[in-house]
Formats: sequence, structure tokens, C-alpha cells
Amino acid sequence: MRVTQGCFSFLPDLDDTQIAAQVEYCLRNEWAVGIEYTDDPHPRNTYWEMWGNPMFDLRDAAGVMMELKACRDAFPDSYIRINAFDSTRGFETVRLSFIVNRPAVEPTFKMTRTEVAGRTVNVTITTER
Amino acid sequence: MDSGPGEIRGKQRYQAGVLKYSQMGYWDGDYVPKDTDILALFRITPQEGVDPIEAAAAVAGESSTATWTVVWTDRLTAADQYRAKAYKIEPVPNIPGQYFCYIAYDLILFEEGSIANLTASIIGNVFGFKPLKAARLEDMRLPVAYVKTFKGPPTGIVIERERLDKFGRPLLGATTKPKLGLSAKNYGRVVYEGLKGGLDFMKDDENINSQPFMHWRDRYLYCMEAVNKAAAETGEVKGHYLNVTAGTMEEMYRRAEFARDIGSAIIMIDLVIGYTAIQSMSEWSRQNDMILHLHRAGHGTYTRQKNHGISFRVIAKWMRLAGVDHIHAGTAVGKLEGDPMTVQGYYNVCRELKNEVDLPRGIYFEQDWADLRKVMPVASGGIHAGQMHQLLDLFGDDVVLQFGGGTIGHPMGIQAGATANRVALEAMVQARNEGRDILNEGPEILRAVAKWCKPVEAALDIWGNISFNYESTDTSDYAPQVSTSF
Repeated sequence: MRVTQGCFSFLPDLDDTQIAAQVEYCLRNEWAVGIEYTDDPHPRNTYWEMWGNPMFDLRDAAGVMMELKACRDAFPDSYIRINAFDSTRGFETVRLSFIVNRPAVEPTFKMTRTEVAGRTVNVTITTER
Repeated sequence: MDSGPGEIRGKQRYQAGVLKYSQMGYWDGDYVPKDTDILALFRITPQEGVDPIEAAAAVAGESSTATWTVVWTDRLTAADQYRAKAYKIEPVPNIPGQYFCYIAYDLILFEEGSIANLTASIIGNVFGFKPLKAARLEDMRLPVAYVKTFKGPPTGIVIERERLDKFGRPLLGATTKPKLGLSAKNYGRVVYEGLKGGLDFMKDDENINSQPFMHWRDRYLYCMEAVNKAAAETGEVKGHYLNVTAGTMEEMYRRAEFARDIGSAIIMIDLVIGYTAIQSMSEWSRQNDMILHLHRAGHGTYTRQKNHGISFRVIAKWMRLAGVDHIHAGTAVGKLEGDPMTVQGYYNVCRELKNEVDLPRGIYFEQDWADLRKVMPVASGGIHAGQMHQLLDLFGDDVVLQFGGGTIGHPMGIQAGATANRVALEAMVQARNEGRDILNEGPEILRAVAKWCKPVEAALDIWGNISFNYESTDTSDYAPQVSTSF
């Protein structure tokens, strides 16, 4: 199944020109771009591994694309996402996040239901590879 | 207008009898508001023959210390400081007989952290006052000292996005339809289809509580099955606003606790439960890591007419203080009242750290929110995928776009309706970020998407020409006179 996290998962996968255009948008807004990767896209897996720190002083999308290529070479069968961090007071959070690499075969999520009192069902979701 | 009779001071002021309000000290044209004063702007329509300054003084008097006659017990207090002061009055541009009057209130008049107390003064008595034909509270300035007595939104836009793991685009929602009559099992089906198709949230409507056809516990259980199953099918965090509105606080707490226990990320209340109940549910949400959605049910009874009532921008300010995370704030292009610039003004009240004076958007005062968390505005009512470029251009990223009929009424089914909205939104965000002029190129961008996405094609075919172009009743008096939606 296609994991639809991130800003553009309902569109066809972005090519490198399109990815670079989004990175340019982030840099125009003075957001710091970071690359993260994981083999577990569980919806509650908050902390993907960082491919280095966010690139705070970078001004050119080519630099991000170079790092993205290196990350893809190292983890071709992982999920990779690009995050843009905004340090502006009142935001101080991610302002854009989108997936730029997916494994050839994506995992599924298993939903386990445990029936408890009063018709309530406790649910656990686990990643199935 | 004449300058009105001057204030009378000393012994003469307190002789038994009736004085004009302006003589009693409720008008002071030289008054310079203090940084700590609460300021209110009223639009008033005095009765024929009533001097506007006297009318303004009467509003100041009736919303602070005055009664209709002189009372000697004023002299036991520092009465001068307790009196609100009307300090400025100006005719409303192009509307004869109406005046904007500015009134300053000393901070001591208000209890900390209580919207009920604030409103009991500011809107308590004056709206029925006989010398006025009509009155409307247009705007308020809440000083930082007062703002800091409120906790504000329990979650706020930033933390909501972090919990949902959704960044860079508006959130998408839909209200389950038909809003009344579905059994809980059928209702949950609609929730599942919408979420699996690509929406982030589904929503109870304002009048879904616990009726004979669907009791609340039953609804909550089926909705959470739908939410969890959709999360497992997509890998995304999903939610459904469970409406906990009920007849008593005890019952609302009971419903909220059950929503929490079965894992809901968000609950919902209606504006009609009242300001104190809203503040209590905000406090509960803060204790329980819950996002609190507010439906503004009932507001149209007093916000819509320009001559009488309360502007929605004031309600939005009160609700940011009271502490809600979502508030329905208009669509501008949909089926419900809303001039585009006036609606943008409401959004700015919800989302900015500081509002600057912006007369075309109806913002009359500078307002520093003292880092109070931001409220996510919700655009809901008669909107569809074909308006995506307009919605994104008007409101930016921090908004929930809710397509109820525009999802559930899709000819290919609910999932397809949800997918159409999600695809159209992502394509529009992508285009905007690439630097394209989406307002002008929007229809072309959507047509290009429709070539590879059947659900978008079907949505444009059925709704592409639907618009709601009616004249707005509530427009800024300082805006260029173009008020219909595009």
C-alpha cells in the first residue's frame, strides 16, 4: 500500500526537478531544510533518522539535492522525506514535509483489536514488512 | 454634533436627580487610553434627536458603573476611575445616522480569566437601551495584562500539526451527512470512507448529540473503529471530531472522558453551550491533551447584521482567550455569509501573534496576543474542489477546509470525493510553491490534474460552475465596495 504521509503523497512521485522547486520555495522562506529516513513509516514513528542536521546556512537547492542523492545511495529501499524548519517566533516547527523516496515494496499496517469492557475495543497498529 | 454638555464635578454632581451621562463623567474627549485599558468600539444608531455624544456616554455608562439616576453611594468609591469613558466618536462613512464610538474601560472593572465577566459588562445591558435604535460591538482591544490572565487554546496550530504529523498544506475535513438520522453503524461508514479516501478529519455536525436514532456512545465507538482502520490503511494520523455538547457539564465531561478513553485526538463543542462551559471544556482539554473544536452554532443570530449585534471578529477574540483550537470562521466563497476581506480579518485574529490596524479587513485596534497559542480557523459550508485555488489564495496553509457535500455528494462515491479534494489541494500547493499564480492559473491547474485523476475530473464536471454570489451584509465600511465572492 502507498503510505500517504507528507504533503504530496496523493500526486505522482515528484521528480528531481520538482523536488528542487519545492526546496527553492523553502529557502526563499528562509526555512532550514533537513533530510530524514526510516524503514518504519508507522504513523506514530515521530523520529526518523536524520541525514545530518538541518542545513541552516544553505542557500542553494543544489546542495540539498546532492545530500538527497547521497542519502538515496546509502538507503535506496527506505523512506526518505524532506522537512523544512521555520525558526520564526510563533512557529518554531516544520512548515513543509514531503516524501521523496519509497521502498520498492511498501509495508502494510496491521490493526489488532482487543475487546474490553462496555463494547470498547483497544486498537494496536503495527507495521508489517 | 455639538460637543455635549460638559462633565459636572463636585457637590453639584451628586445632587439627587437625573443628569445626562456626559455630565456624569462618561464622556471625555481628551482622554488618552492607557496601555492597560480594555477598549471597545461600538457602532451606534441613536434615536432621532439624541445627541451622539450623549448616546456614546450612555453606552459607556451602562456598560460600566452607571444607573439612570444619580446615586450618592458613588462617593464611597474612586468613582472617576470606575467609569468607562467614551473618548472618541465619528460618523460611519456613507451611512447617515450611525456613529463609531470608542470607549475605554479601566482593567480593575474585570475579573481575570473570565469571558463571562467581561461580556456581562461589555454586552450586558447596553443593547436594549432605549435611547439607541441599534448598537453593534465592532471590535475590542484586549491589553496584554488582561490577555495573560487567560490560558488560551489548549493545543494551538503548531502542536496540532505536530501531533497529526501534517505540515505545509491546509488540513482537509468533511461533515458527515445527512447530519441527522443515520444509525451509528452507517454513520461510521461515512467516516471511514472519507478518511480512507484522503481526508484528515471527519466531523459531527453541530446538532448531532445523542438522539433516538443514534446514542452518543454508539457513535463514538463506530467512529473510532473508522478512524483507526483508516489510519492503518493509509499510514496517516486521522481524526473525527466527536461532539460532546450536552445539556449539563456533568454529561459533557462524561462524553469527553469516554472519547479520551477510546483514543480520540479531538473533541467538539458548540458555541451555544456558553462561554463558561467553553472555558471549562478548554481546561479539561488542556488536562487531557485533546484538540478542542468549536462549531459557531447560533452566531448568525447576532453577528450578521451590520447595525446591531456583535461582530464575529469580537467572538473570535473572545474564543482565542477562552481557549479553543478550531473555530469555524467562514469561507468567503461558500454558501454562508462572509465578505472575503472581512473573513480574512477573522482569520488574522485567530492566527497572528499581533494584529495591526487594518480597516478594510475590519481590524480597528492593534492587538498584541502575548504569544497566546493560535486558533486554527475552519472553512466549512458549500465549498468544493473547483474552488481550491481561491481557498488557498484567501486563507493560506493554516486552515481546515471542510467539504461535506463536496465529499459525500461525489458521483463516484465518498472515497473518490475525498481523493478529489486531497489531490486538488496537493496539486495547488505544489503549484503555488513552484511560484505559479494560482489565483489566475487555478482552473487550468485543476484541468491538468483532471486528465490523470478521474475523481477530480468528475468533481469539476458536477460542481465546476457552482458559486454563491450574493451580496454580503457584513462588509467593512472602509473597504472598496466590492463584496461579492468571486
